[in-house]
Amino acid sequence: MTDTLETTTAHDDKHDNHHGPTDKQFIAIFFFLAAITAVEVLVSYVDIGPAFLPVLLGLMIVKFFTVVWYFMHIKFDHQLFGRLFYIGLGLAVAVYVAMLSTFQFFAG
Amino acid sequence: MAIIERPAETTDARPAGTAPAPTAATNYGYLRRPVETTGWRSWAFTVDHKKIGIMYGAVAMFFFIIGGLEAGLIRLQLAGPDGTILSADKYNQMFTMHATTMVFLFVMPMAAAFANYFIPLQIGARDVAFPRLNALSLWVFVFGGVFLNTSWFLGGGADGGWFMYAPNSSVPFSPTNGVDFWALGLQITGIASLVGAINLIVTVLNMRAPGMSMMKMPIFTWMAFVVQMLLLFAIPVITVALFLLMFQRSYGATFFSVEAGADPLLWQHLFWIFGHPEVYILVLPSFGIISEVLPVFSKKPLFGYPFVVFSGAAIGFVGWGVWAHHMFASGLGPVSVAVFSVATMAIAVPTGVKIINWTLTMWGGKLKFTTAMLFAVGLIVQFTIGGLSGVTHAVAPSDTQQTDTYYIVAHFHYVIFGGAVLGLFSGFYYWWPKIFGKLLSEGWGKWNFWLMIAGMNLTFGPMHIIGLQGQPRRMYVWTEFRAGEGFFNLAFWNLVATIGTFILAVGVLLFLVNIWITHRPGSKTPPAPADPWDARSLEWVTSSPPKEYNFARTPEVSELDEFFHRKYEDVGEGESHEYVQRMTGEEVIQHEEDNADPNIHLPAPSYWPMVLAFSLPIMAYGVIYNTLLIVAGGAIAVMAMFGWALEPADAEQSDYDPTDDGGETSKELANV
Amino acid sequence: MSDSVITEPAPDVVDEHPAQHAGDDHGHDDHAHGGHHSSLGLSNNKLAMWLFLGSECLLFGGLISTYMLYRNRHSAELGPDQLWDIPFTSASSFVLLTSSLTMVLAVSAANRKDLRNTKIFLGVTALLGGLFVAGQIYEFTTFYREGLGFTTSLFSSSFFTLTGFHGVHVSIGIIMLVATIGMIQKEKISGDKAEAVEMVGLYWHFVDIVWIIIFTLVYLIPA
Repeated sequence: MTDTLETTTAHDDKHDNHHGPTDKQFIAIFFFLAAITAVEVLVSYVDIGPAFLPVLLGLMIVKFFTVVWYFMHIKFDHQLFGRLFYIGLGLAVAVYVAMLSTFQFFAG
Repeated sequence: MAIIERPAETTDARPAGTAPAPTAATNYGYLRRPVETTGWRSWAFTVDHKKIGIMYGAVAMFFFIIGGLEAGLIRLQLAGPDGTILSADKYNQMFTMHATTMVFLFVMPMAAAFANYFIPLQIGARDVAFPRLNALSLWVFVFGGVFLNTSWFLGGGADGGWFMYAPNSSVPFSPTNGVDFWALGLQITGIASLVGAINLIVTVLNMRAPGMSMMKMPIFTWMAFVVQMLLLFAIPVITVALFLLMFQRSYGATFFSVEAGADPLLWQHLFWIFGHPEVYILVLPSFGIISEVLPVFSKKPLFGYPFVVFSGAAIGFVGWGVWAHHMFASGLGPVSVAVFSVATMAIAVPTGVKIINWTLTMWGGKLKFTTAMLFAVGLIVQFTIGGLSGVTHAVAPSDTQQTDTYYIVAHFHYVIFGGAVLGLFSGFYYWWPKIFGKLLSEGWGKWNFWLMIAGMNLTFGPMHIIGLQGQPRRMYVWTEFRAGEGFFNLAFWNLVATIGTFILAVGVLLFLVNIWITHRPGSKTPPAPADPWDARSLEWVTSSPPKEYNFARTPEVSELDEFFHRKYEDVGEGESHEYVQRMTGEEVIQHEEDNADPNIHLPAPSYWPMVLAFSLPIMAYGVIYNTLLIVAGGAIAVMAMFGWALEPADAEQSDYDPTDDGGETSKELANV
Repeated sequence: MSDSVITEPAPDVVDEHPAQHAGDDHGHDDHAHGGHHSSLGLSNNKLAMWLFLGSECLLFGGLISTYMLYRNRHSAELGPDQLWDIPFTSASSFVLLTSSLTMVLAVSAANRKDLRNTKIFLGVTALLGGLFVAGQIYEFTTFYREGLGFTTSLFSSSFFTLTGFHGVHVSIGIIMLVATIGMIQKEKISGDKAEAVEMVGLYWHFVDIVWIIIFTLVYLIPA
């Protein structure tokens, strides 16, 4: 498998912007995500005061978009795909946050 | 792909004397593709968007009648005080099923009929992006609608209102299976809409003829496209709501049970987050239809096409921000109410833009009041009336008086009937010759139109009055005691409304009579020309009805209203326009046929969409009656999906009947 | 696998959007369908999958919101703080995350036309997915034994509904992965194999990002 990876790296580097990350880069991204997950779990055990929620949510968002941009390739594909997905994502966040607000969900 | 025209040389590539190659039939017996081009099988297994569109329309029209009968019973019950035609329970079922049928089984599928038939034709394509998914949507809708209505025979129809508020929708208050049929039936039809939305969005984005940019698309396609985007994102929300309701009723969850600590408002939010975009889903196709009709019968282009496009998109977008105006009286609190009130006022703006553009289209035009045009103008007038009462609802304090009264019923019938339905009728008369090859009678059409207008105004007009007088919605009787006296008394206006209903029913009946007169055996109506109205858009660059393959060759588009500009040349100087006819519609079509594509491949019919669709009501009956049915239905569904994925792209040559002329370019495989 | 319509392209096809072809590295494989003209030079199937995923945001958003609304409505003994086994769920999350990596490597192999490794990576992804689902089932049965049933409380109903929907999506994904392996093996994919694998991949990653949200909001945020 290492041999295949070596050849692909050489081949894919030429088209980096078109074809996205190489296999090695995917593995690096994976370790990045694993590390973030570990930090998330750590944060849930360690008391960091009021920073807890923003940090946790921030880490979640970083993981979310890392997978979307790199694993799902949005960053390297035609922008229409991303736009269609973001419309759905944006609508969902807006509408459901508004709904929860009417239930005073965010009020302290 | 069924091959429509074969090249002159034989297609049999096997050398003589060898055994026949193994066909799909010998490998997996159940994976053949159907080959019939006539008879009921050519309709049941078709993937042709035109046939699918016709079937959507026919089934939708059937449900229109059913919904109308339900409305008639409601109005008979309310014609006088203390009506005895319907018990309270039956009345609840009647208004629930009337609304559910009209919204989900008539207007939405009728719009789907037009969208399916005309989007590919308007963009110069031969079919939609996913023809088998298209057939799936149709059959899922048909089976879902039938499933929903079997409730009448299996314990009673749903009785919680089409909005099905919790906790009234839960088992203690609605003990029959009616609500279960409602929830599951709408889940099924929701799948049809979602799949259809994906299909048509990809079609519009990716299958336009060369040269047709988005801003050169016919306006009906644009509006239908916005509708599909709304469906794509709205259907999942009601899906969540329906699952929660189903889990509550069938599996003991307590999502909406107050005694368990639940918030019944959760249902209202989820329902109306879907429900408000839904009303734009209902009306935007009709806006698109009249945006086609008005220019043709004003002999002028649509005024402000970009504004009509962007206002349609704006309505779709802002429509997501107003849902809680259906909940002003539910205890949301002043901040929420204020926010949604302002948003609701805002959405009147893009709608007003459209009204202005339609009016300015007609202004200074050479108006021809065909029946299609009458219905289109009728929409502008009637929808505006509905819009005006809508503005009064946006003002939350006044809405608090109006809500749950007949004033609201008046509003939404003016916008739905006066808006969506009149637009659909305009589409019937406009596009009938293209779809069916004959023009509907203009004489009968005028009677159809005027009786419908008289009927609808007599039915829904008085509802403004009785609503403001305090007659509540969803109430099976009104009483002498509360009827009041003087001009605004309930008794007189309820009677007028009921009489209006029957005039309206006669009006609709005349439409069916018109169809019968036109198409009955022995009818003297001649075949329609290809371009009877001197129209402007690409769907008219076809025969009437179109060939199975739509266009002889894929058209090349250079401007908006492409068909118009092929017929008429602008010889005006500078800013002024003067159009001189260079070709007739028939000549344009003939020119295309003279340059026809030699090879046209069409997608092959398939059994699997219908089989997969059939599995859904089986699973739904399983939820209500017996879990084993869920397993059985699920197994059929999985099998159908594998069959779908594995079937050959085309039927075996040996499955087709031999041609009469021995291998020459043959068209007898294509029906129509 | 697809039945998109084939037409002969009209002569002098004007590519109105040449810039938009750059970056769509799978666009050129459209012609496996036989000269399929497309307005944007994009794959119908890929567009369809992204649209579907966009709509799924609304679905899971609704289920997540319902959970967030009802997460505190439970008895004192049967709430998240009493029931969750964070180390176990963290391990499950890690398994699903790894499956995303193997999925992306499968797509990469498919793009290289390396069918053997494509099938291997698809298989590993399916196995990891199966491991995740097994973990979920173990978790659910443990909760059930500890007294948390589907109808026990609003918290329990919302929790099982949300995670149940997610689990069903994962299971369907596993079926799709296995079916794809089978169809590659039996050469039943008439169109672009890489595209088919990519579409399964998009679905799989979506299921993963939903879990990223669920893991944080449901498990890591205390009552």
